[in-house]
Parts: sequence; structure tokens; C-alpha cells
Amino acid sequence: MQRIIYFLIRNKDFILFLSLLTISLSININYNEYNKSKFLNSSNSLFSSLYDTKLIISKYFNLEYQNKLLAEENRNLRFLVYNSRNEQIKESDLLKINFNVTSTSVIKNSYSYSNNFVTINVGEKDSIEIDNGVISSIGVVGIIDKISPNYSRFISILNTNFLLNAKFKKSNYFGVLSWNGININKVQLKDVPKQANVLIGDTIVTGGNSLIFPKGILIGYVDSFKLDNSENYLELEINLATDMTNIENLYVLKNNNIKEINSLDE
Amino acid sequence: MNKVIFNIILALILILSQGLFFNNINFLGSINPFVYIFFIAYFPLKNNRIFFIFCAFIFGLMIDFFSDTHAIHAAASLTIAYLRPYFLKLYFGMAYEHQVVKFNSIELKQNLFYLLSIILIHHLILFSMEIFDISKISLVIKNTFNTAIFTFIAVYILFELIIKRAK
Repeated sequence: MQRIIYFLIRNKDFILFLSLLTISLSININYNEYNKSKFLNSSNSLFSSLYDTKLIISKYFNLEYQNKLLAEENRNLRFLVYNSRNEQIKESDLLKINFNVTSTSVIKNSYSYSNNFVTINVGEKDSIEIDNGVISSIGVVGIIDKISPNYSRFISILNTNFLLNAKFKKSNYFGVLSWNGININKVQLKDVPKQANVLIGDTIVTGGNSLIFPKGILIGYVDSFKLDNSENYLELEINLATDMTNIENLYVLKNNNIKEINSLDE
Repeated sequence: MNKVIFNIILALILILSQGLFFNNINFLGSINPFVYIFFIAYFPLKNNRIFFIFCAFIFGLMIDFFSDTHAIHAAASLTIAYLRPYFLKLYFGMAYEHQVVKFNSIELKQNLFYLLSIILIHHLILFSMEIFDISKISLVIKNTFNTAIFTFIAVYILFELIIKRAK
């Protein structure tokens, strides 16, 4: 017994090192396996208030570009309004809203890791829920994975755990969109059937199979494609439409029918 | 006592500047220097080893909070804090064992090798835990070397500014 105690005392440095290393490894492995982190993230209050202060200062440097984006979006919306047929909106139509849209801005962006998360300044109080979709004025950027009362965090499209159903704009062939962690401008679309008539420059949009995003939101354009190992499916490289290194004004989409649709599967 | 307060303030400044500034440099796409290593590499030599290891772990964990990573900075800082005495012994030899080494009067060559080996070990652990995929080992090594160059330059500038000035 005495020897054991002497042994412990002699190697106390190493034992402390080993136990702390085990703690940090288990946090990391836990995350990698279950794709959820319980306590390490920047949407808790102290860190997000710090980031908020930083945002107040730094957002002025980016105003010109963001204004240009918003003006471009306004132009597109006006184009739609003026070109639609001039019908009166019925009151019953307003009750059938499928998606609630909340506007928000980024307080912390990251894209240099292989699992990137972005923190935004809306949360539970703005009736945001986990698994809501997040889009920019151009296209898809991520899916909410953690919320606090005033802030929430979403899995960026530049995250190796991000999966999304996507399809061609011109046809209904669909595949699974993911990111391999190498190039921050390119994502990969896998499991597209060989029969799909792919051309370089084709537009890729969200498919209707997911309840998170409405059908037809822009993701990117085909850059190159090749057959995968099984030689039955295509693997496509997609150029992202949204510049993930420069996002500021975003919209959170909440599907109001999700409970009703899920109840059919039970 | 004065030195203790100085080190606490230095640690806070390094955490804040790493979280708010150095994590957002993204040079050539994704290269961010991890300047906070300075704190662990040049922590005062006369210390309680247990306290130092624990300190480095908490310090790394704070960086993790800022970077939205999952205890990878904590593990990497912890490891270099544990290995530091062996490196000091390797590069400074008898002078370290007789406790006459001082950071503000060490030779340039010894200092460079010491710093470089600490940074490489730190980055190797950091990136292998972050990517966590044995099939992407080439990406780990590429990231390690690219980032190590910039960390090395940044930490060495800090060394000249803070420790050499203090002499």
C-alpha cells in the first residue's frame, strides 16, 4: 500500500497530465461521435456579449459591401413585385404561412477549421428553434444547432458534419451535399445518379426532401464532376454561391408545418 | 508579487487578442497564428510544475471557448506544458539543471530551436485532434507546417518586444 502511495506521489505530474489529457480527449471524441457539444461554445452569455461589443466596432468596416448585397436583393424583390400579376392577396392566404423569416446578423464567423460554427444574435426569445435553416441574401449558409435566450449558433455549410439534400434546378435528380474540409469555396454533392445530364455551370438548389429549407434556394454552381468508386453515381464539385468569409445579414427560416408533417411519420 | 500580476494581465491580454483578433486573420484562406503559445513557452522558469500544467490546461480551455473548438487547444497547451522541462533540459542542459537559465539572456540559436520544437508539437496535436481522421494525415501535416511558420514569427516578435525589453 505504501509503495502505491509513494508511486503516486513520485509520478503526480504525469498522472495530472494524463487525467487532464483524458478529459480533453473525451470532450473532443464525444463531439466527433454525437455531433453535439454540451458546454463548450460561444453562444453562452459572457462570450457572446464580448463578441457583440466587437461587432459594434468592426461592422463599420464592412458596410459598403453589405449595403451592396442588400441593394441587390431589394432590386431582385422589386423585380418580382413589378412582374407578378396584380392580384389582391386574400386574407385566407395570410393564414397559410409556411415559413417564418427572422432577420439577424452574425456576431462571430469562423471558416478556418474543419468544423465551423457561426453565432448569430437571435435566440429563443425570437422563437428560433433547433434545426431551423439559415440563408443569406444569396443562398444557403447553415442549420441552427444550439440556442440560448438571446443568441444561437448554427452549423456552417463549411462543416464536415453538415449534410443537406440538394437537387438540380433544371431537373429533379438529387444528391447529398457535404464538405470535405479542404477548399472553403467548394462543397461536394454525392450520390447523384449517372443518368443526370450534368453540365459545368448548372445551378444547384435545395431539394424539397428536407423540412428545413423550402424547395429551390440557391446553393451553388457545378464546377467539375466525376464518377465515384462504385461507378454508378456522380461526385460533383460545387462552387458556393455565398462567400462564407464575408457574411453579415442573414435570415432564419422556421417551418411552421414541421409538427404536422412529422406526425405523419409516427 | 509584481511579476504575478504582470503574468495574469499578460494571460488575459493574450486570450482576448487571440480570440478577437488573431483567430480572424485567415491569411491565405485559413492560416491563423496561435500567438497564445507565448504564454506557455515563456512562463517563468521557477514554478510549481503541477500548478503550471493545470494553468496551461485552463488557459487552453479559455481559447477553446473563443474558437468554438472542442478542447483541442486545451489538450495541445497541456501537452507542451508537460513536455517543457524536457525541452529545456535538452537545449539548455546543465545551465537549466543548476537553475541559472534566464529567458532574457539566452542565446539566439538555442532559443529558436526551443521555440520551434514547442510550436511544432503543439500544432501537430492541435490539428490531428481537430481533423480527427487518420486518412487525412497529409492535411494535418500541411496545416501544421503552414501555421507553425506564422506562429513562430509572431511569437518571436513578442519575445523581442516583451522579454528582451524587460531586461
